[in-house]
Amino acid sequence: MSRIKTVFATLKQQGKTALIPYITAGDPHPKFTVSLMHTLVEHGADMIELGVPFSDPMADGPVIQRASERALSHKVGLTAVLEMVRTFRQTDQLTPIILMGYANPIEAVGPVVFADNAKAADVDGVITVDYPPEECGSFVNELRARDIDPVFLLSPTTDAKRVELIVNQASGFVYYVSLKGVTGAVNLDIVEVAGRVASIREQTNLPVGVGFGIRDAATAKATAAIADAVVVGSRMVLAIEGSNESNLLSNVANLMTELKTAVDAA
Amino acid sequence: MQLYDMPDARGHFGQYGGTFVAETLVEALEELRVMYEKYRYDPVFLAEYAYDLKHFVGRPSPIYHAKRLSDKVGGAQIYLKREDLNHTGAHKINNTIGQALLAKRMGKPRVIAETGAGQHGVATATIAARLGLECVVYMGSEDVKRQAPNVFRMKLLGATVVPVESGSKTLKDALNEAMRDWVTNVHNTFYIIGTVAGPHPYPMMVRDFQAVIGVESKQQMMEMIGRQPDAVVACVGGGSNAMGIFYPYIDVPNVRLIGVEAAGLGLETGKHAAPLTSNSAVGVLHGNRTYLMQDADGNIIETHSVSAGLDYPGVGPEHAWLKDINRAEYVAVTDDEAMAAFHNLCRTEGIIPALETSHGLAYAEKLAKTLNKDQVILVNLSGRGDKDINTVAKLANISL
Repeated sequence: MSRIKTVFATLKQQGKTALIPYITAGDPHPKFTVSLMHTLVEHGADMIELGVPFSDPMADGPVIQRASERALSHKVGLTAVLEMVRTFRQTDQLTPIILMGYANPIEAVGPVVFADNAKAADVDGVITVDYPPEECGSFVNELRARDIDPVFLLSPTTDAKRVELIVNQASGFVYYVSLKGVTGAVNLDIVEVAGRVASIREQTNLPVGVGFGIRDAATAKATAAIADAVVVGSRMVLAIEGSNESNLLSNVANLMTELKTAVDAA
Repeated sequence: MQLYDMPDARGHFGQYGGTFVAETLVEALEELRVMYEKYRYDPVFLAEYAYDLKHFVGRPSPIYHAKRLSDKVGGAQIYLKREDLNHTGAHKINNTIGQALLAKRMGKPRVIAETGAGQHGVATATIAARLGLECVVYMGSEDVKRQAPNVFRMKLLGATVVPVESGSKTLKDALNEAMRDWVTNVHNTFYIIGTVAGPHPYPMMVRDFQAVIGVESKQQMMEMIGRQPDAVVACVGGGSNAMGIFYPYIDVPNVRLIGVEAAGLGLETGKHAAPLTSNSAVGVLHGNRTYLMQDADGNIIETHSVSAGLDYPGVGPEHAWLKDINRAEYVAVTDDEAMAAFHNLCRTEGIIPALETSHGLAYAEKLAKTLNKDQVILVNLSGRGDKDINTVAKLANISL
């Protein structure tokens, strides 16, 4: 069983919701990324979404875009990100790592080499924002052949027919993007999200994660009550952006503790 | 003979093109695809489009025989398709009218656009004013600086110009930002893409709206010389003016189609914007698969060209396809070569061309020298150069 499935199964037995923080690899500097990942786990991360920096992050808002730019200023590309995962795995063999990024870094090496390298680094899942199921060709099969879960996004505008198409390609979990717009946008309508998550569940047994627009303990708690996983991205990156070298890990730890308490209280 | 019939139903030109977008954009693109299919052959829609092209833009644009230039260069006869004479001064308006009329039919009161040189932004602001649509134009802050007159023109036309500070602060970043706006405001907003790039159906739709250039050219060349030209030359950034004039010629045998990219400071320096000529790797950006200037990690690298409109790391997917099937040839000329051609046309023909267009002219001069006097090169004179006078003056150390 994949790490992602194991984590969801365990949490389900405990009646809990997964907390999945997102950070961009290499932000604010590559020397912090592995320590940040361990800090996230020590303070309640059930899995980690690790962003692969990209020069043109079209689906991201300004916060994650700036994180990408900071990482790229230190030349952090896909190869360096996989190296970070490998280092992390030397001391943590349990926490699932999900890479999140764009298609072109994968296209640059090709899906087979990418899947081989991701497997060698012990990556558990991959979200590729601009690889819809119609276009990603053999990519999904290459991942699945190596027990890596292809995780897909569902949006408020995804109709039932497309949900069907997508859940048939996905494994691990599906990620419901709770807002129209880019990452870091405002106005989470929890009632609407609850309705959508319920209807997605009618079409799949895969766990449903919810992200985009979760910015504090209250929204994390409300989301945890209706989802199998709560993904926190821009808020986490803001904490990193607002820190200096000496308080980076403690600021991230404090935010995680606050979010974990909220999610567990749901 | 098998007629050219691209793209396929999902917007693929062979391995190129497609719809590589986040799930949040899929429905919007599907809505657009369906609406465009509904109207692309609709007689009422086409009549409305044709009316505006004639009465608002001033089409058909003439073809002009540049005799003095041809004599000076020596060799083939150079003819110019005068898109610079269109209202707003470039070919871009052909496309913005088509898309704005579609926006009207889709009930979208707000249009957005990205722009590099500012020509597409001006063309969008123009038709938005004419149709009473709200208009927001995204422009890299570098381009805002080097194309100041066009920024002011857009503002005069009532558009909001948003300088984009992210990334390389040029056209590609403006496109990213416009995409972000669209995904956030898709309920009331139509995104008017200015070139034959982006996700399906944009490359096809923009090509179709620009094809009027080639359709007219075929008729006009027949009237002027009784045959079609030996070569059609056009500059290529994203590639809309080139696709517009190439497309109706694809099935015409013995007409060479030549796209001219920006070699910037020289292909060997790496400071250029010529993904096709430099044989860049194939990748995915802005919703389609195409040749892309990128590093080993798949990050898009900064491009360089003296002309903002060619300063783009990718190229329309149909050009990638035409290159691979050897139906079109792609070459590149440097900033210096383009500048020389710019001055040459000013002095010999009394026409100030856009710096983008000057790349096409520079190659046409090179090619003409290798051909006979009875051979004909048709250059798409895609835009006028008034917008570039500050750049040209600066290069000559002249302050205006």
